[in-house]
Amino acid sequence: MSGIQTIQETGRQGGSLRKWLSAPVPDSPFQARMQALWLAWLRLRGNPPALAGAVMLVLLILVAIFAPLIATHDIFAQDLMTRLQPPSAQHWLGTDDLGRDVFSRVVYGSRITLYIAFLAALIAGPVGLLVGTTAGYIGGWTDTILMRLVDIFLSFPSLILALAFVAALGPGIENAIIAISLAAWPPIARLARAETLTVRSSDYIAAVRLQGASRLRIIVHHVMPMCIPSVIVRITLNMASIILTAAGLGFLGLGAQPPSPEWGAMLSSGRQFVMNAWWIAAIPGCAIVFTSLAFNLFGDGLRDMLDPRHG
Amino acid sequence: MSGTAIAPRRPGGTSPGLPPWLRSTLRLLVSVSVTLFGLMALTFFIGRMLPLDPVAAILGDNATQEAYEQMQAQLGLDQPIWVQFIRYVGSIVRLDFGTSLTTGKAVADDIARVFPATIELATVGILIGTGLGIPLGVLAAAYRDTLIDYFVRIFGLIGYSTPNFWLGLMGLVLFYATLGWVEGPGRINTAFEWDVEPVTDLLLIDTAMAGQWEIFRDVLGHIILPASILGFGAMAYISRMTRSFMLEQLAQEYVVAARVKGLSWMRTVWGHAFRNVAVQVITVVALAYAFLLEGAVLTETVFAWPGFGRYLTNALLVGDMNVVVACTLLVGLIFVGLNLISDLLYRILDPRTQ
Repeated sequence: MSGIQTIQETGRQGGSLRKWLSAPVPDSPFQARMQALWLAWLRLRGNPPALAGAVMLVLLILVAIFAPLIATHDIFAQDLMTRLQPPSAQHWLGTDDLGRDVFSRVVYGSRITLYIAFLAALIAGPVGLLVGTTAGYIGGWTDTILMRLVDIFLSFPSLILALAFVAALGPGIENAIIAISLAAWPPIARLARAETLTVRSSDYIAAVRLQGASRLRIIVHHVMPMCIPSVIVRITLNMASIILTAAGLGFLGLGAQPPSPEWGAMLSSGRQFVMNAWWIAAIPGCAIVFTSLAFNLFGDGLRDMLDPRHG
Repeated sequence: MSGTAIAPRRPGGTSPGLPPWLRSTLRLLVSVSVTLFGLMALTFFIGRMLPLDPVAAILGDNATQEAYEQMQAQLGLDQPIWVQFIRYVGSIVRLDFGTSLTTGKAVADDIARVFPATIELATVGILIGTGLGIPLGVLAAAYRDTLIDYFVRIFGLIGYSTPNFWLGLMGLVLFYATLGWVEGPGRINTAFEWDVEPVTDLLLIDTAMAGQWEIFRDVLGHIILPASILGFGAMAYISRMTRSFMLEQLAQEYVVAARVKGLSWMRTVWGHAFRNVAVQVITVVALAYAFLLEGAVLTETVFAWPGFGRYLTNALLVGDMNVVVACTLLVGLIFVGLNLISDLLYRILDPRTQ
């Protein structure tokens, strides 16, 4: 024990953060956590596509946060005198059919896209996790019924299901998020169930059960944490398809509604002018591709790092 | 009752005489019927989830109480929910999906009319996707971590990340408006529309059979761009799956044995490794075909393609729920059907499963 202490202290005294991060036995929970983060960073650095995805995502999040500072024009200000102008020094990415600045609108659109994606993931993730772990842990009829339900949801392509739900709920961004989440939870539930089956018969669960923990407690405190890493990977990969679905709903006029600078909605309103003014549709489309590519790259990398079987 | 729930009891007791193939078929039947029931329940639920009152939608807000109740009874909405559900199932079995608010015709007839256009588009799309996807996937695996592999993987990744409706728009701008290589939106030039004798309703086949090569070329010019865009998405999926199946096979010892024997690398890859994954690839193609239907919904909107997807989106915009429910159910049925077919193909074609 004292030996480790000395190593750590000499490490600190020497100012060698790296030594502290790579100490063989961590000394405090804080150090252990930092070491885990450091390892993750090393692995990420060894995987260029994943690193590229991560950089793209950070960039996107920064753009979303600092949108008011980055945007050069008011996104709702119409100016019919300067409508449909090609990219220029004044308007970096041109103007749309109402003379609004395309660059500023795309910048603000990142907020809406990330809002939809994260909110949908925040709904679908926990729901899938709860259903999957419950089914896997309790088993029997509960398992049969819940997994049948999952199978039925999986019998529809997610876009079709989201379309049907939005048609029933009515158009709008909140309803689009609900519809996307309703279509996105089943694969997560299936994954969480598979993970649960591998841990449910392990000794530590038996130990907790012998101590008299309730089923709910075991599921929430002892099964769910084990499933969270793979669920996060899965959700990151799903983010790309969530974004494409959201853009598709916006394009059809069922998601975010027109004055909003949602990328799919921008594409849809620029559609009739696309033959003469390609930038109206090309730019928001590129933004969609950039975002879903970032999530795909990062998700693939995460999976490779956490699950070497699929490498 | 699910197949998994019955399975453990079987060997011990009730029907010991059943041969294994019959048992697995029975299990499959039970599982399919449960899924079908679920599909109907889910679509019924979606149809009932409407925030607006269907009775008020028909009668307007000023209807008297009597008229309201009369209409409610006429629509069957005064019945308990399970009676409504049984009626719904009954009408589906009779292929009666009600009438469309937009076209005023029976939904089943409408779907029968628009569906061939989608089938034609999706089939050409899957041919393109399979024709490119399988060789690319195999080559990527055979030359792992070389330029070919990186190219295939990046190409596939872009295919996964690109919204096909946007690709459609850009394709129209580039290949139709700027270069003039392909025909524009629609399925056929309006000038030819009434010249084709509908036999199969698949225009490529109809015109080829009638020997109308000028019209055939026009139809081909219309279909090639949307089908390529759909095929691009399918290609991304097929090449990625083929690559990972092949990587698994190429790590096996028989590959080394074949090489030691003196077989060339390409003969080993195609003659030995690919033969072992062929059945898996077929199941992937079946699934990709199902996903094309999803992609078709948006692609058809962009290309004004008079198919199933555009019929559905038009209905969505006006809240025509009979059409939405029928189309959703149909897509679900096709999805389940294709899954079943790929499952059966797997059992029939792959000797290892017997």
